Amino acid sequence: MEVGKCLKRVDAFDKVTGRAKYTDDMCPKHAYVTRILHSTIAHGRVLSIDTSEAEKIEGVVKVLTCFDVPDIPFPTAGHPWTTVPAHQDVADRKLLNEHVRHYGDEVAAVVAEDYVAADRAIRALKVEYEEYPFVIDPIEAAKEGAPVIHPERQDNNILAHSDIRIGNYQEAIKEPGLIKVEGWYYTPTVQHAHIENHICYAYQEQGGRMTVVTSTQIPHIVRRVVAQALGWSWGKVRIIKPYVGGGFGNKQDALYEPLCAWLSLQVGGHPVKLDVSREETFVNNRVRHAMPCHIISWVRPDGTFAARKFELWSDQGAYASHGHSVAGKALGSYPQIYPCDNIEADAWTVYTNKPTAGAMRAYGMPQATFHNECHVEEIVTKLNLDPVEFRRKNSMPVGYYDDFSKNELYHDSFNDCLDKAIELIDYDRKFELYKNQTGPVRRGIGTSLFWYNTAVWPISIETSSCRMIMNQDGSIQLMTGETEIGQGCDTVFAQMAADTVGLKVEDVHVVTNQDTDVTPYGAGAYASRQTYVGGFAIKQTGELLKEKILGHAHTLTRMPVDILDIVEGNIVRKTDNRVLMSLGELATKILYDFELSEHMAAESTYSVKSNAYSFGVSIAEVEVDIPLCKVELLNIVNVHDCGILINPPLAEAQVHGGMSMGIGFGLYEELLVDKKTGRVLNDNLLDYKLCTTMDHPDLMVDFAENPEPTSPFGTKALGEPPACSPAPAIRNAILHATGVAINSLPINPHKLFAAFTEAGLFETL
Amino acid sequence: MYDINHIYEAKSVEDAVRLRMEQPQATIIAGGSDLLISIRAGDLAGCDLISIYMIDELRGVSLDDDGTIRIGSLTSFAALTKDDIIQKHVPVLGEAADKVGGPQIRNIGTIGGNTCNGVTSADTASTLMAYDAIIELTGSEGKRLVPIEEFYLGAKRVDLRPDEIQSAILIRPESYQGYEGYYYKYAMRGAMDIATSGCSVNVKLSEDKKTIVDARICYGVAGPIPMRTRSAEQAVKGLPVSKETVEAFAAGALQDVNPRTSWRATKEFRLHIQGELARRCLTESINRAGGVWS
Repeated sequence: MEVGKCLKRVDAFDKVTGRAKYTDDMCPKHAYVTRILHSTIAHGRVLSIDTSEAEKIEGVVKVLTCFDVPDIPFPTAGHPWTTVPAHQDVADRKLLNEHVRHYGDEVAAVVAEDYVAADRAIRALKVEYEEYPFVIDPIEAAKEGAPVIHPERQDNNILAHSDIRIGNYQEAIKEPGLIKVEGWYYTPTVQHAHIENHICYAYQEQGGRMTVVTSTQIPHIVRRVVAQALGWSWGKVRIIKPYVGGGFGNKQDALYEPLCAWLSLQVGGHPVKLDVSREETFVNNRVRHAMPCHIISWVRPDGTFAARKFELWSDQGAYASHGHSVAGKALGSYPQIYPCDNIEADAWTVYTNKPTAGAMRAYGMPQATFHNECHVEEIVTKLNLDPVEFRRKNSMPVGYYDDFSKNELYHDSFNDCLDKAIELIDYDRKFELYKNQTGPVRRGIGTSLFWYNTAVWPISIETSSCRMIMNQDGSIQLMTGETEIGQGCDTVFAQMAADTVGLKVEDVHVVTNQDTDVTPYGAGAYASRQTYVGGFAIKQTGELLKEKILGHAHTLTRMPVDILDIVEGNIVRKTDNRVLMSLGELATKILYDFELSEHMAAESTYSVKSNAYSFGVSIAEVEVDIPLCKVELLNIVNVHDCGILINPPLAEAQVHGGMSMGIGFGLYEELLVDKKTGRVLNDNLLDYKLCTTMDHPDLMVDFAENPEPTSPFGTKALGEPPACSPAPAIRNAILHATGVAINSLPINPHKLFAAFTEAGLFETL
Repeated sequence: MYDINHIYEAKSVEDAVRLRMEQPQATIIAGGSDLLISIRAGDLAGCDLISIYMIDELRGVSLDDDGTIRIGSLTSFAALTKDDIIQKHVPVLGEAADKVGGPQIRNIGTIGGNTCNGVTSADTASTLMAYDAIIELTGSEGKRLVPIEEFYLGAKRVDLRPDEIQSAILIRPESYQGYEGYYYKYAMRGAMDIATSGCSVNVKLSEDKKTIVDARICYGVAGPIPMRTRSAEQAVKGLPVSKETVEAFAAGALQDVNPRTSWRATKEFRLHIQGELARRCLTESINRAGGVWS
């Protein structure tokens, strides 16, 4: 068995030796380059762009403006297409935009022979704007009379609203003796900050077809969006995805591929490269939705919920991108983690004049987890209850079933995870030890739970395809539409394929690059879906291939199929475990035999009609230096129930990355927007305080491996979940240490200074 | 790809001085860790540069016969931290240099660049000022010595004449002998950052280690340039090593600092931190000097 083993990544050697090819490595040297002109107003209209000086600059090939692009609004979100118009993504932008909707919006582009020429041309462009009032706060933007950002839509900036009604909130709160706990919780705009900025290049070939090589998570979806933006038929577009240096959801969007393809068309199909700067990554890619949330809970003195109310605002920024899907997911999480008979919950996704929010690792759940886990801690504090016991008692019980997703909590996952985390971090002792501290430096320990769905069924289709081609030596080529973006899916797919067919893992050659001309359809890397969904397609295809192989083995060995098996690349007779022939001998014979000759391959599509709950817990231990307004994270542990681990070290690495992101979300990161101009103030890695290795303790990770019954490999979501719970655990630890509840992220020294000042903490030292 | 019109490569200090006079429009580049950022941003697009980076005679730390520590202006932060003379006589300067950026920046960035850049947040500048360092400038008429406090003219402005380059930074024996110091870089993360505020303190104690003979303090980001707060220094001279003395020191410092509110931090927050840094840096300096607390 290869599944469950600690195997090296299939791409490890290529990546550490620099042989792995990323988009920029593949771009032809004679490609033209591009620069984009960004608006210097937050809201308004481009009246004119004078390109005359720019066009005179040596090396400039072409200058194109918002007045040149096709009048085709298109959607960018990386969702599978739907044939139901009401569920299709919102098409609210053009390739370049005359109506400027945020500071830095794209209004013109220069194609040039090199970057010096392109930069000079950008500086030589003269733009005349008509300015409109702008709004950067989603609650303000939702009010009557706010500046309307998309006047073509009749929605007064409210992209969408959804609600959940369970029981009767208004009646339930009349129960005598209830305690009301109310709070506002805020999570900020943050950015993915993957290492490889988005990059693509486009060229025409084969009688006018358009090829885009791009750093994307979703090649098949991008093909559709490029075709839609150009007004082309989809088959004329080809997308190639090489290795990708991280995406975290930002590249689950058609960011620049449509523009790059169009620019290439404007210069006769010559290769055009669009290599985005870090500044553009912050302002013009996608960000995480900032989300203010108002929660009221009515709690009985015994610590059970009588009724709960949630009001959530999701800051969409200038364009729809993934839109309300993100807030919808957040909203749906509140009633499930702590079930309550009476719930009134509302979510609004609101346009603002800010960078566009889209998909980002865990898609609304880090926000919702922060809101809810802070609020739960308020309840615990107010009622003087034990934080862990409260969570054990009130969280989703074993056997809980959600009628929409058809998900069920099959195991005692929360208690399993809590038990392990508590032991690993020595919680009980520290929790007692850190009570009632005085002095300038204090320690605390805090807890947070989370739950997460796996993939997106039944909201979207969950279709994945796989192709296996047998080589003459008995090895196979494995192709899927699911993409390696650094997370390690190529390796776990190889393990799954090896076990299904009966091969050694080294005899599974994973075709890592997706090319939509030849790669079977898969939706791509998002929603923590690929190991789960891809597993179904690999299992089904592997079994098809195995059936073909055994059919031929029967012909060649005369043995009945049902006593034959494939074990580590050999045809084995099960009755006496005798090796009858190797797969290599069989494959060579079958391909070159005058009678039987066949190119052995299998291909199939599996459309998954299930989902799977993934669970976990974070416990964080902090030391707060009150006079310095600094938090040191001393220890943090994440324990996950993501089912059976396919490759334990890769799973652990995935959790490390997510925890790091959660720590950044909790203590460091926030994209700041100037209230006076709407400009992003910290569009670089100096001023955007991504935390460094110096700011991390050793990250403790463990797993409760309860098999997921719906998955052929017993597995479920792990890619995104680790980012959900670290921030509220850290926040709750700070509360434990200082008695000060901070309900707004990030909890950086500025916030601590304000909170400690307000609490009068400095005077008590 | 950087928009640089021309680079003149100086082979020696004389060569650099000659290039300065022949190419007055050109900007000096050493390690380039600040300058290349400006060029990339377009602020200096199409510029001419005089590179002094290949002038090896400007590298390294030495001790003059009179005990003066001579730091060549091209000495990198990493080299400074590892240097034996620095570690023996002014370890706090090596520690401050080790707080700059990350390993790559500390390998390419130079102490000369850190001071000529004229910014208040430079990690080595506050320590150099707290040690009354002397800036050595070499021009067409030879060498000129300027106390570092006078070298800084204003934000991003230093007293560097059109024919000059900075050739060395000197620390006199009377400035460092018998002193122990401590630098605290207050930043938003543990590496790869620019100080929200920095504070460098050094003290000289009486022989019995019970009294402060002399104390010096310099802040980064308390004003447009690195700032000595002499009210703090005067407040503690001759006082016993005690908690009250530390409080007097912090109170004195807050009389002189003048931070501003920007989107990076509010004035109130910076003042709060600066008071606390004075306390901690003095306390740690006293402890390093073997102080006996009363």
